[in-house]
Amino acid sequence: MIKFKLNGRDVSLDVPEDTPLLWALRDDLGLTGTKFGCGVGQCGACTVHVGGRATRSCITPVSAIEGAEVTTIEGLDPEGNHPVQEAWRDIQVPQCGYCQSGQIMQAASLLTDYPSPTDEEIDGVMGGSLCRCMTYIRIRKAIKQAAAAMQSKNSGETSNG
Amino acid sequence: MGRLERIAAEQDRAAGRGLSRRGFLSAAAGSALLFGFARETRASQLYPTGAPLPPEEFEPTIWCSVAPDGVVNVNIIRAEMGQHIGTALARIIADEMEADWDKVKITYVDTDPKWGLMVTGGSWSVWMTWDVFRQAGAAARTVLVEEGARLLGTSAEKCTARNGIVSDGTHSVSFGDIVAKAKPTRNFTPEQMKALPLKPASERRLVGKEVKALDIPSKTNGTAIYGIDAKIEGMVYGRPKMPPTRYGSKVISVDESAAKKVRGYLRYVVLDDPSGTVPGWVVVLASSYPAAIRATDLLKVEWTPGKTAHVTEKDILDHGRQQIASREGGTMVFDDRGVDDAFRKAHRVIEREYTCASVMHYQLEPTNAIAMLKDGIWEMHCGNQWQSLFLPVIAKALAVPEARVKMMSYLLGGGFGRRLNGDYVVPAALTSKAIGGKPVKLILTRSDDMMFDSIRSPSVQTVRLALDEKNTLTGMQHHAAAGWPTEVMAAAFMQKGVDGKPYDQFAIAGADHWYDCGPVRVRALSNDLANATFRPGWLRSVSSGWTPWAAEQFWDEVAHELGKDPVELRLSMLNGNGQDGRNKGEAPDSTGGALRQAAVLKRLSEKAGWGKALPKDTGLGIATTFGQERGMPTWTAGAVRVRVDRTTGVVTCEKIWLVLDAGTVVDPDGAMAQTEGGALWGLSMALCEGSEIVDGVCKDRNLDTYTPLRIADVPEMDIEFVESTEKPMGLGEPGVTTIGAAIGNAIFNAVGVRMRHQPVRPEDVLAALKEKSSV
Repeated sequence: MIKFKLNGRDVSLDVPEDTPLLWALRDDLGLTGTKFGCGVGQCGACTVHVGGRATRSCITPVSAIEGAEVTTIEGLDPEGNHPVQEAWRDIQVPQCGYCQSGQIMQAASLLTDYPSPTDEEIDGVMGGSLCRCMTYIRIRKAIKQAAAAMQSKNSGETSNG
Repeated sequence: MGRLERIAAEQDRAAGRGLSRRGFLSAAAGSALLFGFARETRASQLYPTGAPLPPEEFEPTIWCSVAPDGVVNVNIIRAEMGQHIGTALARIIADEMEADWDKVKITYVDTDPKWGLMVTGGSWSVWMTWDVFRQAGAAARTVLVEEGARLLGTSAEKCTARNGIVSDGTHSVSFGDIVAKAKPTRNFTPEQMKALPLKPASERRLVGKEVKALDIPSKTNGTAIYGIDAKIEGMVYGRPKMPPTRYGSKVISVDESAAKKVRGYLRYVVLDDPSGTVPGWVVVLASSYPAAIRATDLLKVEWTPGKTAHVTEKDILDHGRQQIASREGGTMVFDDRGVDDAFRKAHRVIEREYTCASVMHYQLEPTNAIAMLKDGIWEMHCGNQWQSLFLPVIAKALAVPEARVKMMSYLLGGGFGRRLNGDYVVPAALTSKAIGGKPVKLILTRSDDMMFDSIRSPSVQTVRLALDEKNTLTGMQHHAAAGWPTEVMAAAFMQKGVDGKPYDQFAIAGADHWYDCGPVRVRALSNDLANATFRPGWLRSVSSGWTPWAAEQFWDEVAHELGKDPVELRLSMLNGNGQDGRNKGEAPDSTGGALRQAAVLKRLSEKAGWGKALPKDTGLGIATTFGQERGMPTWTAGAVRVRVDRTTGVVTCEKIWLVLDAGTVVDPDGAMAQTEGGALWGLSMALCEGSEIVDGVCKDRNLDTYTPLRIADVPEMDIEFVESTEKPMGLGEPGVTTIGAAIGNAIFNAVGVRMRHQPVRPEDVLAALKEKSSV
């Protein structure tokens, strides 16, 4: 039995220890927002946060997340209104959309590390996330818009507090 | 009318139905069903379907209905795979009926014969639906205005509809109230339908205006449901053990002793496939997908491989070369009077050969399907682009009548033509049949999916030009040999050449150009070795993604040989003249003809600064096409600026410019998104992709060796659509078409070497530079 926190709630799973987190999320826990793309950690469609870090769930066995906090696209924001999600809708980023859960999770993590990312930092971090529809121009634009929104929100909070 | 529509119309006529008749079924006739209901989202799929239409709804045609609360539902028969097609089509109908856009929702429907031809490809959707949906919208508006006028105690002539409200200038009533109070049921004869006045372009209020796509919100929060996300109570998971060749493999023995040790392993099934779609397949079943993956790895299967087990990419290209070298064979798409004479009398002939490597789809959602038998109906749950083509194949595989097969629509995690070929549904169906119709969810891992891919065939093209003593162009020939997807999978859809022989238009379109360059021969050759080795696929922009690689590099080569400017040369040939007046264009699809292509090229060359000096080893290249096909031209001109590193051979694309005239643009932001993505596909295929057939299959199995373009490779882009009120053409693919040739031309302009094989690899550039310096 493996126990961890998923989107803020305690869960326990009785699956083989080497089950990839991806399939546990999708098939055992019913959260299908996280996607299967390459299966070898090279496309980024399966990206979730483990302990706040972007992690490829397709190559992460559930045994490795015992006791950890896991966040999926469904739990990034209770209302689906994380600044990255808002920017994604505003810029109309998704086409087929299949990679976009992973892109959004990766971008949210990028903005934690680089609140005001340069193009090079975006390329470096987002380079592991393949978009076959090639929505890259809009991904870049939306990341910058989300960064600006988060910064103005943070500075607003600072000045208020 | 396009070829596909003609065929569909013929089939419909034979079956006693038709788009025209289908358009006028009324709710009163009792035959109308509403497929799916609204959830919170405005783009919905909900099962089970087939719930009867609530009697209070008004459904003037099968395409839309209006509820008493004013909600307008639009039924979408096209696959949603990134083009936001539901939004674009709903805009057309809503505009014509003067609906309130905020009350419009869309429903993606399942297969039902009443919808007619269900296919999503070829950039056809808007173009095919434009007339039907405007007429359906006009029908709804006509009835709502008449009934609204009656409720207001006035005449229809005194009323207008606007934003979901009918008004006589003083009093008004909403569409919803009209449906609730007047309970309209009117229907139309086909003649009445066609006679309905359509709004002029100046009265359009939704078409051409910015809109947020209805399918996007659910794609940002994990709630969008793709085929791979479908879940059926009690389903088991399957994964195929892939045979060594696409065709002809026979199972000799299966050893499950190791697989049995995997927790969750259930059994294996050797498929018996009367449709011949998946010969030699063995499917492993397990209680979870990870167990199916592991057990399949451990299952030992011995096959006798098919005859193509040792075929290579080079074998296929060489075979194509031999076909082109022979004067016999192939189909003449153009074969103008005087072409042989021109070459016989030529003072000079310029001839070049161009090749393209195999290209893989790598749609991000691997192919998958759920199959099950429910209440006597075989249900297939999956994303698919051409249900009308593969539903009969599935029925044949299951040995049941077509009426007993139903395909349920889901979002597609990428189409790009891969899911026009529904071959991946067949093994799910057969596996379910083998276990008594229990639900089976078959998923291909990425390596399975790539081994089974229906690739863009490698191709060989030879282009020849005849010139007289004064260097006047007197004749031209374009020969192309490649695998023919349409011949293999949909032979009835092939077109006929001028010699009466069938040919695959998707393996030659793009060569049948609009230039005036003397008599022209365009010959299409089916590479039978390619067809036997793999299943050639339709891949985004089909042949129009690779014929310009030859044609549009060739014109640059000719210009350089003759000391002319490549843009000027093209403009001089895009004059509307050509044998039998074919380049003049024809209303409504190609009004203006070649002159519209000249216009986009001119505009592009101004924007991109054609002719201006550039830094060392940097070059600008241009190319122009008519998008996907002559019958539906999206006039396209593209330019790229590249920098070539002479030390490494690496080509960097710094900027892309595109100017397109697609007629009316229905959804501007969706059009822009499709063109951005298309252009980057063109760039990716030119510089980053390309596989190779080794031992009968593509050598690449995942992203470790197959390397589509990533974010760091994306250049600056400047895309412009020409303002137009002409009939809308397609935009899903034209963005791809010019980029490859423009890259080739730009490389030449940067460093003086001509790259005639795609993809262009750094080592090939280095070799070409070395050869040039040694000359």
